[in-house]
Amino acid sequence: MSSFTKAFSSTLGKKLIMGLTGLFLALFLVVHLIGNLQLFKDDGGKAFNEYSYFMTHFMPIKIISYLLYASIVLHAVYALILTLGNKKARTVGYAQYNGAANSTWSSRNMGILGTILLIFIVIHMKTFWAEYHWGGLPYIKYETNLSDASDVKVTPLPYEGKQLVHSQYVDTQNGTEVVVAKDLYKIVNEAFSQPWYVALYVLSMIAMGFHLYHGFQSGFQTLGFDHSKYKPLIDFLGLWVFSIIIPALFAAMPLYFLFK
Amino acid sequence: MSSGNMNLTLKVWRQKNASDKGEFVTYKADSISPDMSFLEMLDVVNERLTKKGQDPIHFDHDCREGICGMCSLYINGRPHGPKRAITTCQLHMRSFKDGETITIEPWRATAFPVIKDLAVDRSAFDRIQQAGGYVSVNTGGVPDANEIPIPKVIADEAFNSATCIQCGACVAACKNASASLFVSAKISQLALLPQGQPERYRRAQAMVAQMDAEGFGSCTNTGACEIECPKEISLTNINRMRRDYFGAKFFKEEEIN
Amino acid sequence: MILDSKIPEGPLAEKWSKHKFNLKLVNPANKRKYTVIVIGSGLAGSSAAASLAELGYNVKVFCFQDSPRRAHSIAAQGGINAAKNYRNDGDSVYRLFYDTIKGGDYRAREANVHRLAEESVNIIDQCVAQGVPFAREYGGLLDNRSFGGSQVSRTFYARGQTGQQLLLGAYSALNRQINAGTVKMYNRHEMLDVVVVDGKAQGVITRNLISGEIESHAGHAVLLCTGGYGNVFYLSTNAMGSNTTAIWRAHKKGAFFGNPCYTQIHPTCIPVSGDHQSKLTLMSESLRNDGRVWVPKTQAMAEQIRKGQLKASDVKEEDRDYFLERKYPSFGNLVPRDVASRNAKEAFDDGRGVGGSGKAVYLDFSDAIRRLGKAAIEAKYGNLFDMYYQITDENPYEQPMRIYPAVHYTMGGLWVDYNLMTTIPGLYALGECNFSDHGANRLGASALMQGLADGYFVIPYTLGDYLAGIGPKPVDTTHPAFAEAKKGVEDRINKLLSLKGTKTVDEYHRELGNIMWEYCGMARNEEGLTKAIGLIQDLKKDFWQNAIVLGANEELNMSLEKANRVADFIELGELMVRDALHRRESCGGHFREESQTEEGEALRNDDEFAYVAAWQFVGEDQPEQLHKEALVYENVKLTQRSYK
Repeated sequence: MSSFTKAFSSTLGKKLIMGLTGLFLALFLVVHLIGNLQLFKDDGGKAFNEYSYFMTHFMPIKIISYLLYASIVLHAVYALILTLGNKKARTVGYAQYNGAANSTWSSRNMGILGTILLIFIVIHMKTFWAEYHWGGLPYIKYETNLSDASDVKVTPLPYEGKQLVHSQYVDTQNGTEVVVAKDLYKIVNEAFSQPWYVALYVLSMIAMGFHLYHGFQSGFQTLGFDHSKYKPLIDFLGLWVFSIIIPALFAAMPLYFLFK
Repeated sequence: MSSGNMNLTLKVWRQKNASDKGEFVTYKADSISPDMSFLEMLDVVNERLTKKGQDPIHFDHDCREGICGMCSLYINGRPHGPKRAITTCQLHMRSFKDGETITIEPWRATAFPVIKDLAVDRSAFDRIQQAGGYVSVNTGGVPDANEIPIPKVIADEAFNSATCIQCGACVAACKNASASLFVSAKISQLALLPQGQPERYRRAQAMVAQMDAEGFGSCTNTGACEIECPKEISLTNINRMRRDYFGAKFFKEEEIN
Repeated sequence: MILDSKIPEGPLAEKWSKHKFNLKLVNPANKRKYTVIVIGSGLAGSSAAASLAELGYNVKVFCFQDSPRRAHSIAAQGGINAAKNYRNDGDSVYRLFYDTIKGGDYRAREANVHRLAEESVNIIDQCVAQGVPFAREYGGLLDNRSFGGSQVSRTFYARGQTGQQLLLGAYSALNRQINAGTVKMYNRHEMLDVVVVDGKAQGVITRNLISGEIESHAGHAVLLCTGGYGNVFYLSTNAMGSNTTAIWRAHKKGAFFGNPCYTQIHPTCIPVSGDHQSKLTLMSESLRNDGRVWVPKTQAMAEQIRKGQLKASDVKEEDRDYFLERKYPSFGNLVPRDVASRNAKEAFDDGRGVGGSGKAVYLDFSDAIRRLGKAAIEAKYGNLFDMYYQITDENPYEQPMRIYPAVHYTMGGLWVDYNLMTTIPGLYALGECNFSDHGANRLGASALMQGLADGYFVIPYTLGDYLAGIGPKPVDTTHPAFAEAKKGVEDRINKLLSLKGTKTVDEYHRELGNIMWEYCGMARNEEGLTKAIGLIQDLKKDFWQNAIVLGANEELNMSLEKANRVADFIELGELMVRDALHRRESCGGHFREESQTEEGEALRNDDEFAYVAAWQFVGEDQPEQLHKEALVYENVKLTQRSYK
């Protein structure tokens, strides 16, 4: 075995994979959130649909997205491997266990929280990602007046059995900039008008908050990063940004569409 | 026979030997003095059992002043009982309420098999240290003690790691039965000191490899070990172990098997 | 038999180095042909085993605990002396030698003690090289503190756990050799007999404490490093498992027992809280630097305190008797351990003891807190105060501490010559289990020093001399002596297991402890000691008829282990009493009431008792035979101690 395979097959190394993928996923959440904030724009989904196109067609982003898929899979697979290993490390459990006395609830329930998130991710990707890539998505046409950017004409182009092509050009005759894009915004709108779906999202985001409450700072520790001067900053970010603000904003999106 | 005014119910794990299945047995512990240590309470129970011709409850203990690390016991869901920074032998009955039911279990970990009742085999810890927990110097021929100046902060930090008494409470407390706190404290003590530098990376690799071979779980940073450690060894040690281990595996050329 | 101490000729300071040169060496290629058995894994055992294995010998180490690191050396708190003179305060090897001889009340061998002082400096170097985290100063160099009985600062320490840190150092050296395959470690094994073949120690019989298997192990030499026997008093600061079995078995096989009655009683322990008490906890002697020892002036007032009707802090200044300050104005509360202990006992005997049982005196910090502030006291003694609070549930910042003396260390042990060999050739005794270096009382911070000096720097030389002499011919367990010893062990175990009486082994142990404490403790007299012999003999008889021993041999059996150890303690107890009876002088830790000055202080009798009492076992239930090794003082002048 090479040094690397040996390193990654140790308990420390397996956890390193968890830490690295976990932190990468956390970082992705920030990017994902910033992009999705476009949903709150009242522009008939133009910014959001343009952003969706950019994210799926810009090469560097595409490469990163494969890394992302791999991270999700690795994070889940290694979680499973480690959990099984940990179960083997204690085959006879305690009759009475008072974990609350010495650790946070989050830290003891990362597996359950992670499973909820994995189920969520599958549903989430099925609804949007798979639809966007392979589903028969409607298109939408935005014609923006070149001399008045607030004058936008929106024309939905329903799916009629044949995919249209994404295009963007300047119509010199009409003096407009024309964008024809897949209308993911519509899908979002439809999905988020179903109360059960919104409930699933909100609950999942709460789970994500708890998962990241432990996971964010734990990820740094797993990498071996621990410094008395910076640890408070990491703990602060972990709590406020990753376990409160980000999940709250994500949860706000379906609620926004539901009550819009 | 001394007496006090506390009447307790004990739910104790009894297991004849490593291959026995084991079960909980309930005992009455009456007239217990709050001034007794927890182990003295068990002594009293055992003496009463002995008088009745019943096998006394076996548990490990020796110095009874919190330093040998031999006593264990998982009491009411926590290693070394409800109080912090002490071992079971330093726990007194005044920490319990009259009439209380106390559940007493052995350390639970595959790497710590039960020998009998509440006594477990912790020789895995010895083997981890045998794998590299030392500075390779022979007796004699060493430099004068003051030829190795060590900054006080470093010496104090190394000392904090060195206070580990090898009791295994960290493993018992950890939901994953991970030995990381113990192993990292041992690695840290020598990683911090100049004497430990020549073998620093070899040591980290060897000890982690042995830790894994013993079948301990992985650390998920719950921090339970730090809270339950009778010597309050810090989680920082675990992170230091990770740095040394990854540093060794990814950046050092010396490879150990 | 004439005892030959084998002390080398020549001037004191040259004896050891000359002796080392004169000792025979074992050819490096031959070393691996020798097997050395080490019993016990404390400071002496671990250091000896590691050092011998490094030289190339095969070593087998046995300990009854679940790990060698749990040996009771681990519990030593204070520190370790070394004549480094890092403080430039006038220390030297000779001064450490002198202080140790004087501290031992002139009952130790000059040559042994000088060697100990010489090696002390090497110990510190060795431990630092291993990574022992001694206390340091801001400049990065080692810190020292002063300790009772000396006027120089020569004690190296690691907070309050010097013993653990030194033992972990030796344990790490041992681990290195286990890893190298030169040491084979046997945890949870107890030695139950020495096997003597043709007059030489050639193996041991052990019991695997988990499976109960009785095993025979052969070796070219056997090193006993099994610590002290203070648990003969039932209550002591020793660990629960500390026992005399190994040395007592060796004694019965022919090793003489030196000065068995020499026991150190430590004045500052947390008092007994009830009959359930299983052991006593020592608190650092340093507390006496700032604490003032007192009891109420009248018995009536003490009675009120014992009944809980009066609080210590409410006792008026004029009603307090600061007895140490009153009797010893120049040393006050800092008198040596034996004096402080004896005076506490006197207060108790006088009916002026405090605490529930009356077996306590006060150690009061209120003056110091007033003078220096609570913060200063907390900084100095915080951890000790916490420990006290934890055990007693009393806050020593508000109420004075209660303290009482407790058995702490046994200076007596197997008689050994200068090479640490007992009277059985090939059988050695190292550390606390030998009698050699501390005379009638041990200086603070010297126990760790002796254990490590014996293990690291003495035995590697002296053992080689013996091994070179007997030659590397293989040894095995086929000799009939092994079968015979094994059968003896098995018979004894079966006999113990057949005891189905009415009294628990702990009850016998407690009873023995009471007899020993009452008649062979801090103060002794002819009448009490004579009575004690009878009491112990009766106890022994009763034990072998009426004790309860449960379970079987083939399992982890605490009941059996305990019974086996207590049976030996009872026999040793009788020998200690006999030794105490014959020594009609007050010396070191012991006050013989028939031998006191007009002022009631200890009076040594150098004309009659300047010798080592070495006792020979001659047969079951027979009085042992006394041999005397005269102590010759060529360098120090014997003086009577005075602390007035």
